[in-house]
Amino acid sequence: MARIDLVDLAHSYGGNDAPPESFALKPVTMTWRQGGAYALLGPSGCGKTTLLNLISGIVTPSRGKILFDGTDITPLSTQKRNIAQVFQFPVIYDTMTVGQNLAFPLKNRGVPKAEIDARVAEIADLLDLTPYLSRKAQRLTADAKQKISLGRGLVRSDVAAVLFDEPLTVIDPELKWQLRSKLKALHRALDLTMIYVTHDQTEALTFADTVVVMHDGRVVQSGTPAELFDKPAHTFVGYFIGSPGMNIVPAEVRGREARIDGHTIMLNRNYDGLPPGAKIEIGVRPEFVNVAPPGSGLLAANIERIDDLGRIRFARVRVGDVKFAARVPARFSVPDNAAGLVFDPAHVHVYADSLLVEGN
Amino acid sequence: MDKTVNQKAWFLVLPVFLVVAFSAVLPLMTVVNYSMQDTFGNNQFFWNGVGWFKELLDPSTDLGGRFLASLWRNLFFSAVILAIEVPLGIVVALSMPRQGWSVAACLVILALPLLIPWNVVGTIWQIFGRPDIGLLGYVLNNIGINYNYVSNEFDAWATVIVMDVWHWTSLVALLCYAGLKSIPDAYYQAAQIDGASRWAVFTAIQLPKMNRVLLIAVLLRFMDSFMIYTEPFVVTGGGPGNSTTFISIELVKIALGQFDLGKAAALSLVYNIIIIIVCWVFYTVMTNAGVERRDNKGVA
Repeated sequence: MARIDLVDLAHSYGGNDAPPESFALKPVTMTWRQGGAYALLGPSGCGKTTLLNLISGIVTPSRGKILFDGTDITPLSTQKRNIAQVFQFPVIYDTMTVGQNLAFPLKNRGVPKAEIDARVAEIADLLDLTPYLSRKAQRLTADAKQKISLGRGLVRSDVAAVLFDEPLTVIDPELKWQLRSKLKALHRALDLTMIYVTHDQTEALTFADTVVVMHDGRVVQSGTPAELFDKPAHTFVGYFIGSPGMNIVPAEVRGREARIDGHTIMLNRNYDGLPPGAKIEIGVRPEFVNVAPPGSGLLAANIERIDDLGRIRFARVRVGDVKFAARVPARFSVPDNAAGLVFDPAHVHVYADSLLVEGN
Repeated sequence: MDKTVNQKAWFLVLPVFLVVAFSAVLPLMTVVNYSMQDTFGNNQFFWNGVGWFKELLDPSTDLGGRFLASLWRNLFFSAVILAIEVPLGIVVALSMPRQGWSVAACLVILALPLLIPWNVVGTIWQIFGRPDIGLLGYVLNNIGINYNYVSNEFDAWATVIVMDVWHWTSLVALLCYAGLKSIPDAYYQAAQIDGASRWAVFTAIQLPKMNRVLLIAVLLRFMDSFMIYTEPFVVTGGGPGNSTTFISIELVKIALGQFDLGKAAALSLVYNIIIIIVCWVFYTVMTNAGVERRDNKGVA
């Protein structure tokens, strides 16, 4: 159990002298508090697994430091780091029983037998593995095996953090839900710091209190699911999180007005001090744009199709060259494909060179 | 099953029937025929029934004594070379590099002995071990070890065993290496995180993951060593005395040396049955291992 500090941590598989853009993980400084549930979210190749492996010690960083409770552990090997990690594919020790598998990390550390038995029983109970304890692990199904891997990660009570590297990849969808809520419950029951790597936003948003979104080796935003949804700090966060993602449209912004395609949208804040020469875009989530019958004062759009997601309908529209997604209100209908767009000014954000600009 | 009957297919199978008949069935029947008879030359044969088989299994007769002695010798030989080659092969495989140019170099060096024909291996060691001109024999005798594989039983056995180890450990090592390479990195990383010692990694991950290739290695080496002929024949000729006369050498002596076709036929049939039984065990164990693996895939 520990607070984890990353200090100017960076890694390149090509060595420290590689050009800065080629780093798999660009320098990052952040603090993860004791007992928190964190998710590293990003597409494949964004550096999230690299970051995880740096923390567990499988990879040694090219630059920077990792502190556990203020102690620099960067030079320590994986064994000495007091970390547990669960991998993407189940790792089980074939010749051992389920119970022996769970006891293995404790046995290797010379924990007294009575203590091992108690802890194994507790973890097996939490993961519903008790009936299988004396069975050979080899013959079990993939999800039972992954539960054993999870159990081995959770069995040590003294770990600084438990790391999960996309642990539910091999699990069937309906079991995924169960295991994910199980993990959430385990997090509450065991008071361990958990760091969960995934490319699935649902997984990240349901599991974590704090989601760290990564893109191209950088941490682009770290915040609660609500923050990521309401106020994406980077256009990438905007369209990666949410389904469909945020609409990002090039616009001219002056003061409290944004102009798209010759049409003016009112903004809630004043954006006078925008950096000159920057690429200016506005971002608005489809949830905060409604389609309406075409009319004066509305941004004219052309409806291409309407996706019915059950409780909510989204129209895919086109404004000039730009594609847009917008909410379709109940009982909406237009004779042809022409429509207008109604924006909610409170949720229209302005981005300069992909970064959020706070108006005033 | 609603397949149409097509009798023409028989014509396609016929050539195979003919080839197999002439290359396998007819010679085998001839052997079975011989095993029931005795001959004193002149192509005259006398009916002997199961007499040779009775003699073969009775150690008090000449034939039975020789057969059983060579059988035990052969089993002992197989046991010794397995006890050396399997652990040695594992050690070699474990100490091989996992990446880089040295992998290719190691593989080539390991594969070299496997490419050498049996009687060349025999000849190499026959000369290598000679006390007068062989490097090994000469050096050993000069440092005070009285080594002579022609006159000393122990030396003859040691030479034949070391020769087999030299020739075939590579096979075990290569199979084990292939088994080791197939272990995903995650296993080693998980073991590190679980705080496993080097020995625990070996017993909990590497050995269990190698068990299938090890099974293949053990069975292949057992069968091969059980049929061994050329190498000891070239080096020791089965001697000194009969001390390194294995079953195949004994068989050739009886069949071609003494021209006792009946005895030799009976012996080769029993020899054949032993090998078929071992093959059956091999096949059963392998298919079971395969089924188990499919099961694992099925649920994954």
